[in-house]
Amino acid sequence: MTKTSWKWPLYAALLLLALLHNDLWLWDDGRLVLGLPVGLLYHIAFCGVTAAVFLLIVRHAWPADLTAADAEEGER
Amino acid sequence: MKLAILAAYLVLVLVIGLGSHRFFRGTSEDWFVAARTIGPFILLVSLFGAHMTAFSLLGASGEAYLEGIGVFALMASSSALVVPAVFFFIGTRVWALGKRHGYLTPVQFFRERWESDGLGLLLFAVQIALLVPYLLIGVMGGGSTLTQVTDGQAPPWVGGLVVCAVVLTYVTYGGMRGTIWVNVFQTLVLLTLGLVAFGTIVGKIGGIGAAMERVAAADPTLLARAGHIEPWQLFTYLLIPLSVGMFPHMFVHWLTARSAASFKPTLIFYPLCVALVWGPSVILGVLARADFPDLPPGAASSILVKMIDLYAPGVLAGLLAAGVWAAIMNSFDSQVLSVGTMFTQDIVRHYGFKDRMSESQQITVGRLFTVGILVVTFLLSLVMDRSLFKLGVWCFTGFAALLPVVVAAIFWRRSTKWGAFASTVSVVVLWIFFVIRGWESPNYTIADTGIMPVAVIFLVSAAAMVTGSLLTRPPAPATLDKFFPREAQARGETV
Repeated sequence: MTKTSWKWPLYAALLLLALLHNDLWLWDDGRLVLGLPVGLLYHIAFCGVTAAVFLLIVRHAWPADLTAADAEEGER
Repeated sequence: MKLAILAAYLVLVLVIGLGSHRFFRGTSEDWFVAARTIGPFILLVSLFGAHMTAFSLLGASGEAYLEGIGVFALMASSSALVVPAVFFFIGTRVWALGKRHGYLTPVQFFRERWESDGLGLLLFAVQIALLVPYLLIGVMGGGSTLTQVTDGQAPPWVGGLVVCAVVLTYVTYGGMRGTIWVNVFQTLVLLTLGLVAFGTIVGKIGGIGAAMERVAAADPTLLARAGHIEPWQLFTYLLIPLSVGMFPHMFVHWLTARSAASFKPTLIFYPLCVALVWGPSVILGVLARADFPDLPPGAASSILVKMIDLYAPGVLAGLLAAGVWAAIMNSFDSQVLSVGTMFTQDIVRHYGFKDRMSESQQITVGRLFTVGILVVTFLLSLVMDRSLFKLGVWCFTGFAALLPVVVAAIFWRRSTKWGAFASTVSVVVLWIFFVIRGWESPNYTIADTGIMPVAVIFLVSAAAMVTGSLLTRPPAPATLDKFFPREAQARGETV
């Protein structure tokens, strides 16, 4: 995949994460999973998934204007 | 012993902050933005440290004590998504324009973007005014921590005064480099001691499973969100971390980066760092309900220190209290530095006082302004009895609602100074309106729907930006080419 083809799916993934942040299905669920309340465990895992999406953005969808800005600084 | 450890910690912080002065290059760019030389790892740690405050430790644990595990979703996981996104889309662009044109403050950037001194002055006043409640969180957090550590012997004003004095000393002597050095040290202290505190307390209770079972027996509602948080509240809280895009101290920290690529580790590791700090804070706040069942809301902000004192007395309590102070001073110093930087650059130098004052007189005036702001903050801390969490949310609401201003500045060529004026004034008016309405009701939401005031203020601010811009003339083409160089280059022009 080219950088451009990665870009929009990854930006869409950020929007999807914003929707998944609203875990209404766990709203009144106080079960303990791995010793933690399931609603808390979900949001800790959410942080991990968010980090993974940003890893993909940094690797595959880093904006060309920022690369150009760094190159411009290197030339000065 | 606990006091001796805290005192030793403060001396260590001072030594690091003052020691950085040996590397001072003698230029204002070095003083205000560390000569834009900060690399990837230090940028991650300093940005994270500057963002984590007493709000993240004391406020988060206090609110979790009252409202349960949902606090993590409200502020932590929302920040884990929104803050790196703001760094990625806005911070990197601000860095690029700042480096290209030599900006040192947000006001310089906005003033030139829309060719308006008046707008710069308005944004200066609004950003400083909104920063006062944020500073207040640090002063109050420092005070309550010392009071708790000394078993009530030191009144809260003593801790607040000590935090102000120590931070003011190393910030005014070490500049941005000193602040970043101390930030890095304190963030590592905060992360290490935070995890030690968490492990020690949970271990003494018998493990995380046993600890949560105790909470389930004491108040099972704390383990879910129903009854504590409304769905609309969670949805609209996602706007609160947008505040990071308009915090003046974060803006100045972006400018310290060596390159755009230096932001990459920050984007990846920020969500994990948020979970590492907020997770233990929220869990300890919830666990405290089994040990301290009936604390009033005002006392909840010190619940973390109470837990440390209960389960890890003596030397460890002193070390862990130092960790709490690390979190407090970590962001407090960046805020104090940005206040002084903005006054010196945006008022003293911009309005021509530099012709009538020597370099040292300008710096002295900047320091006096900073001291004045701290005195006001300190006096407010003596009469304020709000929870740190609620105070923080009101502060973040104002900054978040200003985000359309920076978004328009970077991405919308057609935006105008009148749009920015309309947006900023709408934020000021609505923020004051909602603060007055919500002041007596700690859990205030719009018509009790769960919708946070930030949602309304943000939408009105964005609408004002668009309407005001479309009705007025955009800046001169030369100004637009300066801020949108790629478009100019595409036309074959050199900017």
